[in-house]
Amino acid sequence: MREEIMEILTELRPDVEFENEKKLIDDGILDSFDIVSLVGELNDAFDVSINVQDLLPENFNCVDAMVELIENLQEEE
Amino acid sequence: MQRNILEYLEESGANFPDKVVFADDRSSITYGELIRQARFLGACLLERKEAEGGCAPVAIFIDRSIASLTGFFGVVYSGDFYVPIDRQMPAARIELILHTLNPAVILGEEKDKRILAQMDMEDKLAVLDEILASGKDFSLNEEQEKALDRVRRTALDTDPLYAIFTSGSTGVPKGVLVSHRSVIDLIDNFKEEFAFSEDCIFGNQAPFDFDVSVKDIYSTIKNGATMYVIPKVMFSFPAKLITFMNEKRINTIIWAVSALRIIENLNAFTGELPKYLKTAMFSGEVMHNKVLNYWRRYLPDVQYVNLYGPTEITCNCTYYKVNRPFADEETLPIGIPFKNSGVFLLDGDKLVKEKHTAGEICVRGTSLALGYYNNEEKTAESFCQNPLNHVYPERIYRTGDIGKYNDEGELIFLSRKDDQIKHMGHRIELGEVEAAANSLDVLSAAVCIYDKAEGKILMFYQADAPCDKEVLKALGKKLPKYMFPNKLYYFEKLPMNKNNKIDRTYLRENYVTVRCDQ
Repeated sequence: MREEIMEILTELRPDVEFENEKKLIDDGILDSFDIVSLVGELNDAFDVSINVQDLLPENFNCVDAMVELIENLQEEE
Repeated sequence: MQRNILEYLEESGANFPDKVVFADDRSSITYGELIRQARFLGACLLERKEAEGGCAPVAIFIDRSIASLTGFFGVVYSGDFYVPIDRQMPAARIELILHTLNPAVILGEEKDKRILAQMDMEDKLAVLDEILASGKDFSLNEEQEKALDRVRRTALDTDPLYAIFTSGSTGVPKGVLVSHRSVIDLIDNFKEEFAFSEDCIFGNQAPFDFDVSVKDIYSTIKNGATMYVIPKVMFSFPAKLITFMNEKRINTIIWAVSALRIIENLNAFTGELPKYLKTAMFSGEVMHNKVLNYWRRYLPDVQYVNLYGPTEITCNCTYYKVNRPFADEETLPIGIPFKNSGVFLLDGDKLVKEKHTAGEICVRGTSLALGYYNNEEKTAESFCQNPLNHVYPERIYRTGDIGKYNDEGELIFLSRKDDQIKHMGHRIELGEVEAAANSLDVLSAAVCIYDKAEGKILMFYQADAPCDKEVLKALGKKLPKYMFPNKLYYFEKLPMNKNNKIDRTYLRENYVTVRCDQ
């Protein structure tokens, strides 16, 4: 799953080194348009429904956080 | 008779000296405090000027802070006009702008010395915080008071208030220069049409180098209202945004269409709702009714207003107050002209009056910008003599937007005439992206096409070998992120047409998504 998320991210923003970044939101690397596209792609790829309560900076600051978010959402369903 | 926007500030300052005018995520400032600080800053800047008189540009590195706003007003008090510059732009682009502007002073922070040193302009830097800290409680001596008075007495309403730089199709950004008169006209109209008052609590979304923010800032000071600067990150996390809006009781928003679209895309209204919101105005690109209907479903009592106009006519020339239901697929009108704005359709040099007949949207009147700063060529291209007027000099601005009148006589936006696009909330000349790409050593030729259905900038490039990462890295030095191509296609040799030019038609036909509703 981590690999798939990495693929989505690098296609969305090929200029960012996602492996090493831990503050994607705090440092303003990902902006609101990135988040909108990302949420759409993650929902499609993993058949989950990221809703407004899940949209918190801590869930998107690094790839590991996103993996955890998706895992939690998949468990719920 | 009003000559200068400072009169708005001073009148509201007299009525509400202790009321908060602006607040950012760190602090707030009252009308009284803002006037004192801005006058002090103005007096200090005036002392630096080589000669009194003349209205020259002062560049300001801006962020989402009260300091930026204080900077603006300080510059106006000193008799000059301000030019907001986003310090996060690539240095190369900042240099192009500063080169056109040639400002005597650049207001900023200590850290800006580094960027300016790269372009040999560090001696023009004036550190805003330092200046503000240099006085005693911002009090002025008699000399300073007199100097400020002299400046005010000779200021004209046709003098520039600001210049905002926009994307240039040849690669050099253009500085749209706007006068006090145009802004006074706009803001008076806004108050009248939309019933603004001192009860307005604005939630500013637009960065201060976008002219959308002009509507927030000057509507606030004219009406004795309050404006909250919404932190950018909140637009990625709408639950926080809505909480913020409720905390501050924000009742009026004038946002980019893209900001309202984010709320809809993320289905943000399933949690809290912005319960104090009374007026939601939007502009910048086409508002699709699918997005508006989402807002209308959750917030049916809000007055929605579609605003239209390019930066060159001072924010907006037409408005449409949404007063009837629309199906998702229907087009939302851009409405009717503001009072004192002449908006009409031209087909070449002929006036278009019939309904459902396309023409280029043109504007005449006080709302027109003074021109593009220090760019005679581009100014002459877009601001020209009204072809319907053969008897005296009258300028019009040709927007490059194609429109028509609907059955109700309301104006409808149809399409763009050229290669200007709206992408990621920004107005972009594809030519600027292409110019930057073609200037790179790492490739030999590049062409950009916009895939509207996907909302992606496609770049087709020719080089010895595929080098997407190198291309993007090199572009990063020239273009802001929102201008980056979203998809790159490598070609050993780009397809050519019969005229030995790159075959854009072939590329468009084979790579751009076609949707039925286009």
